[in-house]
Amino acid sequence: MKLELRNITKSFGTLVANDNISLTLEPGEIHSLLGENGAGKSTLMNVLYGLLQPDSGEILIDGKQVNFASPGEAMAAGIGMVHQHFMLIPVFSVAENVVLGNEPTGKLGLLDLNAARKLVKEISDRFGFDIDPDAKVEDLPVGAQQRVEIIKSLARNAKALVLDEPTAVLTPQETDELMEIMRGLAKSGTSIIFITHKLREVQQVSDRITVIRQGKVVATPSPKASANELATLMVGREVDLETKRKPAKLGEESLVVKDLTVLDDRHQQMVDGVSFSIRNGEVLAIAGVQGNGQTELAEAIVGLRKIHSGSVVVAGNDVTRSTVREALESGLGYIPEDRKKDGLVGEFTIAENLMLDGSFTAPFAKGVQIDFAKRDEIANNLIEEFDIRTQSAETLAKQLSGGNQQKVVVARELGRELKVLVASQPTRGVDVGSIEFIHEQIIEARDSGKSVLIISTELDEVLALADRIAVMYRGKIVGIVDGKTSREKLGKMMAGIAA
Amino acid sequence: MSKKKEIVALPESKVQSVLQEIMSGDPVRIALSILLGFFIGAIFMVVFNTQVVNAWSNFGADPGLAFSSVWWTIQDGYGALFNGSIFDTTSGNFLDGIRPLTETLRFAAPLIMAGLGVALTFRVGLFNIGATGQIMMGLAGATFVSTRLHMPMVIHMIVAVIAAVAAAAVWGMIVGILKARTGANEVIVTIMLNYVATALFTFFLRQPGLLLESNGGGTPKSDHPDSTAMLGSLFGSGFNLHYGVFLAVIAVAFYWWLMERSTFGFRFRMVGHNPSAARAAGIKVENTFVWALALSAGFAGLAAANQGLSLDGGLTTSIEAGIGFDAITVALLGGSRAGGVVMAGLLFGAFEAGSASMQVAGVSPEVLGVVKALIVLFIAAPPIIRAIYRLPKPKPKVLEPVKHSAKVSK
Repeated sequence: MKLELRNITKSFGTLVANDNISLTLEPGEIHSLLGENGAGKSTLMNVLYGLLQPDSGEILIDGKQVNFASPGEAMAAGIGMVHQHFMLIPVFSVAENVVLGNEPTGKLGLLDLNAARKLVKEISDRFGFDIDPDAKVEDLPVGAQQRVEIIKSLARNAKALVLDEPTAVLTPQETDELMEIMRGLAKSGTSIIFITHKLREVQQVSDRITVIRQGKVVATPSPKASANELATLMVGREVDLETKRKPAKLGEESLVVKDLTVLDDRHQQMVDGVSFSIRNGEVLAIAGVQGNGQTELAEAIVGLRKIHSGSVVVAGNDVTRSTVREALESGLGYIPEDRKKDGLVGEFTIAENLMLDGSFTAPFAKGVQIDFAKRDEIANNLIEEFDIRTQSAETLAKQLSGGNQQKVVVARELGRELKVLVASQPTRGVDVGSIEFIHEQIIEARDSGKSVLIISTELDEVLALADRIAVMYRGKIVGIVDGKTSREKLGKMMAGIAA
Repeated sequence: MSKKKEIVALPESKVQSVLQEIMSGDPVRIALSILLGFFIGAIFMVVFNTQVVNAWSNFGADPGLAFSSVWWTIQDGYGALFNGSIFDTTSGNFLDGIRPLTETLRFAAPLIMAGLGVALTFRVGLFNIGATGQIMMGLAGATFVSTRLHMPMVIHMIVAVIAAVAAAAVWGMIVGILKARTGANEVIVTIMLNYVATALFTFFLRQPGLLLESNGGGTPKSDHPDSTAMLGSLFGSGFNLHYGVFLAVIAVAFYWWLMERSTFGFRFRMVGHNPSAARAAGIKVENTFVWALALSAGFAGLAAANQGLSLDGGLTTSIEAGIGFDAITVALLGGSRAGGVVMAGLLFGAFEAGSASMQVAGVSPEVLGVVKALIVLFIAAPPIIRAIYRLPKPKPKVLEPVKHSAKVSK
């Protein structure tokens, strides 16, 4: 099926979300739609899927103009959509989910579950999905749930699949599996529109790339374009994925961790005799594959997790047995790895989120009352300084994009007097523009004489920020090496092979 | 086939998120729920009215009567509710006419105070259904001070109110400490403590050394409270409204200040919305639970003072009058906000005040019970159904970043 979108324009009030966008999808092609959050990718796909009606422009299938008043009509025409948030019923089985809304019936109009199972099995086998039709959806890992969504579309004879940010929820391994599946589908003639803002994935699978920015198509670069080129197109200005750094000006040691041992909730030893220290003006990055004790290490330093043995000293204060509040008050800033869970209150406004850990003392508190004037003043300053894209400080945190949410967390922590910054996965799930910005802020914190501990599973990030790199494996530090160590060597260390 | 899971009990985190969604209190949904409740209540009135049934069985003879009988039944029923709770249109003068409104206020005051208590815990993410027990303990405190101690006017009353609040708060704090120390589920603990408190109050009422009336017999009943301790009448004879309504006004103002203005309220709300973020922000979540439950029970204690210090005559446990449970509904209906709780308390107060005159008009007062129950059901049902089937919440709209600040192009 050949799918064409011609001159699609769609605006909401004064905001032109799609401005004269054209896009062609050939049969069996993987066409990447690349753009930052809010560039208009989702709007365009909602137009294609019949969820929104375009103000002008047309959609053609095999040269014939079509009009979709609803997703049902789009589906009937062979367009399938896999949303970022899955539309599955968790307590139903895979087969039940796949046929939901389109149930095969046998005698007396009863649900023919066997036909449903066969259908799932057949599609799953054909593309190597490895899905058990009888498994309950809630018991499946996220990657498998996504494949169920894809099966759902294929079961309705989708010839063109739209995958909306499909890798946002996947582990790197699951991402690789998905890429494999996408290639298999394309080979069998299914066309795919792949929406993403991750450059590496685009380079991996695309036959064709369209970059949109602020509602307009800005370029259709070759699939062989470099990451820097793609990033520049996407963001609209020179983007340097390498962060520029002055040489470190080292001061005294502000964070000293000695022989730290930490147990997890099941009394497994997650951090095993870890020692390191960070001087003012220095970034130490902890690299390692997820689940090797980095999370527990960060939590222990901040006081969120009990320390079994060893000690943590922040700016001369022993905080080994301190509460979180005491640790924060001794000059520690903390950017948690899961901002939605630990970093923000989604139902709170930006202004409220910016005072989350400041409610005990001035400037946010005046006695036992909140100083609202001061709070709003600080909020507006931080929004400006940290480039948080929002209409006002009263916007709820949950309504912000991932990058802006993370900027709120970073602004809060860097917005007060700090001696030590502990940042866990500071740019996870964040768009390129925000990554660059947050990295700049972290380097600025380092240059202003703070000790910075970065914990990241992204090697790119570690290499961009670190003066020294400590690699963690199974709770132990394999070695602490210079920030310019090669990827190959770091990779080996991450697998537990000492330098 | 994968391992089987039963949908018997929802995990606690789920309970919290359901609670939160119910509490998110979309005003439109609440208004529609109230309207729908009244509508179905009207159906009840009509279907169980013999005149209407007769009129419809003779539909062929007089179809006009069949329809008009429906209309008149509903008008009589809800008209009586209006006359009984807001303004008595049948009375000759204004003073008598306004009397029902003062009755509504009198009934609403304790509902609002106890409702604020429940609302406070809702906003901390706790489901406290222990207002009944807390009121019982508050009553014990108020009754002891008002019948066994003797003090001058006003001071006696103030001490009695403080005693009620303190006794209730201690009772609530027990729940908080159990939850903080052992992780006990506050729903179960509060239910159980309701029984304990009711039994304890009855026990106190039976003890001659404690609360039993002088020369009392086998019935658990207290002395008449000292007149010095009573919440006096506001408008003199002919009106039952007393100074308890001022307690409610103070409680509402304090609740609003606490939740919306103070740093305590900020932390309460933070814990309620996202306890793990609160913990990462240096807040002791367990301690917050203890304080929230104690404060919450304090509000219930005010309701207890209102009840215990306003009745002419000795007290029995019946003085609690189901306020503890209605408080849960009031808090739900009011979206746990000060203003909302006031509105909900007034609505339920009106139901209490109006039910007598509805009965006089020939409508069974249980219709109001049905209306109350339906309102709660309509508000609470959608999130609960979603939780049982673990369906995703409707997606919140992500705002497109409209303001492109000048800094982008640096």
